Amino acid sequence: MDIASLVSCFGSAACVVTQVTSGLIIGMLLFLVAAGLTLIFGVLKVINFTHGSFYMLGAYFALTIFKLSDSYVLTLFGAAFGTALVGLVFERLFMSRVYGQNMLMQLLVCYGFILIFDDVVKIVWGAEFRSMGMPALFQVPPIFVAGGVVPPFYLFLVGVTVVIGGLLWLVIERTRFGKIVRAVAHNPSMVSVLGINTGILYGMVFALGGLLAGFAGALAAPVRSLTPGMGFSILIESFIVTVIGGMGSIVGAFVGALLIGLIRTFGSVGFPLFTEGLMYLFMVLVLIAKPTGLFGKEIA
Amino acid sequence: MRHSFRRDMIIGAIAVTALVLLPLVWPNKAFIDFTIRGASFALFATSLNLLVGYGGMVSFGHGMFFGLGAYSFGLLMQRTGMSIPAAFALTIVVTAAVALAVGAICVRLKEIYFAFLTLAFQMFLYSLVILWVPLTGGDQGLRGGIPRPSFLGIDLADQRQLYIASCVLLVGGLILMHHIVESPFGYTLRMIRDNATRAAFLGVEVFRIKLVAFVLAGIFGGIGGVIMSLFVSGAYPEFANWTMSGEAVFIVMLGGISTFFGPVVGTVILLLLNDVVTRFTEYYGLTLGAIILLFALGLRRGLTDFLLDYWRRSPWVLAAAKRGR
Repeated sequence: MDIASLVSCFGSAACVVTQVTSGLIIGMLLFLVAAGLTLIFGVLKVINFTHGSFYMLGAYFALTIFKLSDSYVLTLFGAAFGTALVGLVFERLFMSRVYGQNMLMQLLVCYGFILIFDDVVKIVWGAEFRSMGMPALFQVPPIFVAGGVVPPFYLFLVGVTVVIGGLLWLVIERTRFGKIVRAVAHNPSMVSVLGINTGILYGMVFALGGLLAGFAGALAAPVRSLTPGMGFSILIESFIVTVIGGMGSIVGAFVGALLIGLIRTFGSVGFPLFTEGLMYLFMVLVLIAKPTGLFGKEIA
Repeated sequence: MRHSFRRDMIIGAIAVTALVLLPLVWPNKAFIDFTIRGASFALFATSLNLLVGYGGMVSFGHGMFFGLGAYSFGLLMQRTGMSIPAAFALTIVVTAAVALAVGAICVRLKEIYFAFLTLAFQMFLYSLVILWVPLTGGDQGLRGGIPRPSFLGIDLADQRQLYIASCVLLVGGLILMHHIVESPFGYTLRMIRDNATRAAFLGVEVFRIKLVAFVLAGIFGGIGGVIMSLFVSGAYPEFANWTMSGEAVFIVMLGGISTFFGPVVGTVILLLLNDVVTRFTEYYGLTLGAIILLFALGLRRGLTDFLLDYWRRSPWVLAAAKRGR
């Protein structure tokens, strides 16, 4: 524990800026993964334990596409849509067979796929750490804000994620598709009686979750080292985010992700050994105070 | 109840005697090692089945107790130099205390939340093991071996004696757990699994029963970890990692959740499978994952569930039932 350095960090604008920006980076990536997780849970009432693997696949797709095309825009879209396709196939062919069954089976199907995805990554990309490198577009000198260093890529990452979060909110709250999704979450059999193919809708929700996770992976690829198994740690963290924000709530996922990001960065200054512990402690406090999460409604 | 307990004791005594005598007739080192590992996993998996099969609580973080048992036993032996029985007893106290704290937070939650939250707590323990290097040795694990001083003339550093001790712990643990599930407490637990609301109306304190079951399962899972740490003379982070919980869930499903011995059968199958798979391929995850999918999507239930169904539907049994009526 190192309270003194935490206090001195709050005393200097440079330190606060640096910690807040890296907290935002963690928070934004977490938000993209957690938004998909919470969306899938809200609609299908299953927790997609393979969601972290989608993030990992997105990052590795980005690695390959960037190497081949050298275009980061193409990389972002390719990784996102590639992972969306994986999500769609995974849901239609495997996950859809275990809905409404014992939860044990859902857990096992996901467990099997986490093992398979990790091994596939090992076979295709190797078991050692890989890194994509910063796209040339962002290889410019960092910006200084109040003495704190802010790499331009960080600004891009935060900006893009906020735009995507806004779009996602618009799609769910303001479009016909979003209305159907919300209706299915509420009462799937009624929606299918009204002539809407819920099976395809489930697949699309999984694809949307995969899209977000894959996009997060592609955004993370320049600033994180890639390794098989990188998906599992972000899975746990984004689950904590959704518990804090409330299962099924996208706004909750955003707030929860920002909170966890800031807790992680400031925690690593003040409590280097207990950073992870702080996250869990915060989650437990929220669960005790409000079991449905900060923005959750019905389910707990 | 007492009668069934006595019968269990007699069967258990026979089983232990048979297991102890077997290596005298068939001295095989691989078999001895296999049985020690099997005892560890079978206790661990059966304890998870207390929750999954009898309590309807699918925990995905049960590996935390396996890791906790292994680490606290190993640390007590390395740091304090106490005797093995004392460290064993203290480890049980530690696992029970942790299970009580985690369970108090988790058992109120609905099933999917319960599964993920137990997993989150396990990953917390795992991160402690990795980060607290001065105590746990970080990702290297507890190295330098665990001292295994003799007590009451028993020397667990000797593989043969460890084998006997593991068999005794396995059979004893199974008898205790069988007694638990056949007791009024066990039937209350089944009632909560089937209809928690009705159980509450009948005056059952659902939270307390579930919590007690969680603590009991934690204790037996911890004993599995103790056997493993004695066997490898150390403790490694993998013991506390989530894959441990995944394997336990798979064992329980593989063997079947509707019979008491399902997880024991599942343990034997998985360990044999492990040995075969690692001999033929380095892509363990890919192969195991495919086998898991085959079971979860193909057979859709455990092996003993399948056999039990088959037995109940066989013409012979149906005819016997008709005659009985």
